[in-house]
Amino acid sequence: MIIRGRVWILGDHINTDVIIPAKYKFKTGDFKELAKHVFEDLDPTLASKISRGDIVIAGRNFGMGSSREHAPRVIKEAGVSAIVACSFARIFFRNAINVGLPVIEVKDVNKNFKQGDIALIDFEKGVVRNETTGVELKFSPYPEFIMNMMKAGGLAAYRKSLKA
Amino acid sequence: MGETIVQKMFRSRLGRTVKPGEIVVVNIDLAYAHDGTGPLAIDAFHELGSRRVYDPSRIRFVVDHASPSPNEGASNLQIKLRKFAGENGIKVYEVGEGICHQVIPENENLKPGMMIVGADSHTVTLGAFSLFATGIGSTDFAEVMTSGKLWFKVPEAMRVSLSGGLKEGVMSKDLILRIIGDVGADGATYMSVEFQGEGVKTLSIASRMTVCNMVVEMGAKNGVFPLDDVTMKHVDTSSLKDETVFKPDEDAGYTMSLSYRLDELEPMVAAPHNVDNVKPVKELEGLEVNQVFIGSCTNGREEDFEIAARILSKKGVKKGVRCIAIPASRRVFLNLLRNGIVDKLVSAGCTVTHSTCGPCLGVHFGILGSGEVAVSTSNRNFRGRMGNPESSIYLASPATAAASAAEGVITDPRKFIGG
Repeated sequence: MIIRGRVWILGDHINTDVIIPAKYKFKTGDFKELAKHVFEDLDPTLASKISRGDIVIAGRNFGMGSSREHAPRVIKEAGVSAIVACSFARIFFRNAINVGLPVIEVKDVNKNFKQGDIALIDFEKGVVRNETTGVELKFSPYPEFIMNMMKAGGLAAYRKSLKA
Repeated sequence: MGETIVQKMFRSRLGRTVKPGEIVVVNIDLAYAHDGTGPLAIDAFHELGSRRVYDPSRIRFVVDHASPSPNEGASNLQIKLRKFAGENGIKVYEVGEGICHQVIPENENLKPGMMIVGADSHTVTLGAFSLFATGIGSTDFAEVMTSGKLWFKVPEAMRVSLSGGLKEGVMSKDLILRIIGDVGADGATYMSVEFQGEGVKTLSIASRMTVCNMVVEMGAKNGVFPLDDVTMKHVDTSSLKDETVFKPDEDAGYTMSLSYRLDELEPMVAAPHNVDNVKPVKELEGLEVNQVFIGSCTNGREEDFEIAARILSKKGVKKGVRCIAIPASRRVFLNLLRNGIVDKLVSAGCTVTHSTCGPCLGVHFGILGSGEVAVSTSNRNFRGRMGNPESSIYLASPATAAASAAEGVITDPRKFIGG
């Protein structure tokens, strides 16, 4: 599995309340509508700037806070193809895998990318390449079960593929 | 090497020893979701292709977050929750009964060593009852509804040893804020945070719930107190074979160890916009406050309002400050009505209302205006948490919150009690 896209840089400790404020999740269950508010309290213009296939690069502890699975689902719905961060909060990481949003931990990744760079992630080889600068960073590839789930697009899609 | 509390809990469930990092599948004894996460769990249940709930007697729904509903969208999501519950025989705790992390321990038969999951990050609160409790997402919740099981990575553990006792005006909230400030917002990521030492016995079950509630704010998977005389009054030990089973071994392998002398602690505040931005109250004294919120799953129990009432009986809420007091459950509310605490709070100028998560997460009741400052006894001060990204939230104990409501500025509660 290879993902290539333009990069958005976010900081440390990006929490689930700024990913999707609770006030919206109590108004609708429509993810197309919710995706309009992704990262709103961080930067209200970000949702309209993100294009399908873009990659988010962040610092430490991405997704800290609430267990709301709305967070990875909204990021995925907004068009983000993967998140590469120095580290993730536990519940967000597990939720992202379950909903088929590729998330990988790469040491110092935020120091090796700038806004607008092009990143290429090779999940089997465990390499993130900055195509703009040529820098390559390594990570531990997913175990086979998680990789299959990612390729299918999440736990539900994986279950269906097993039944088919 | 000996075992930590969480290793013993997994061993007792699986019938074999486990090591940190090992992936295990366990039966879940009780799982609960609320109106914020339950509707998505129902969608996920259908996405998984599941047709029937494996064991409805182990599933609960609680309508507590937007409660009663402030808008049409929330009302329709709640209808979806009730309809699914009705079709599948799932018990629902309704509007006004209380916040899930309070209602579950009040009404359910908790046993030491139980495995509980909740579709809410603050499910860790229940570790106060000497059991394993952690927060999960909606797809994992759907998986528990489908199979009754869930996989876990056995966590590494952090030991927090407590000695002495808290001085008057200092609360367990100050302890957990201090710990989070010391280790940072990701300082306990994936870990089981285990409280030990002779200081533990000085903490009431409510105080322990406050502490466990906030371990997730340093990234922890769960928090747990040992089984002792305090816990025994609140759990069913009839089927427990050996009371020492969940005490850690002397040579248990802890990844990190911290110790605190409770009598040396002072009132603390988490300043905007991260929970680990912790400072002593004295460094922030004098900062003007527009709204004070006393309540939430962190600090909405009897002892929290009793101390607030003691302070606010000496000096009422300052004119121009809004002080909102919300008990964590109907049972707490009734107790406060019966013992005269509600009378004291209302007389002092507080707005006391039915149990709901309400202002904590900016859904309704007390949304802040731009530039406003709140002191809140809840657990998160993230930007926009109380509904407005242009506002500021300071987290504190109920004593500090009440003292700040009385003075209209952030105030050390020892001005009114103890000290």
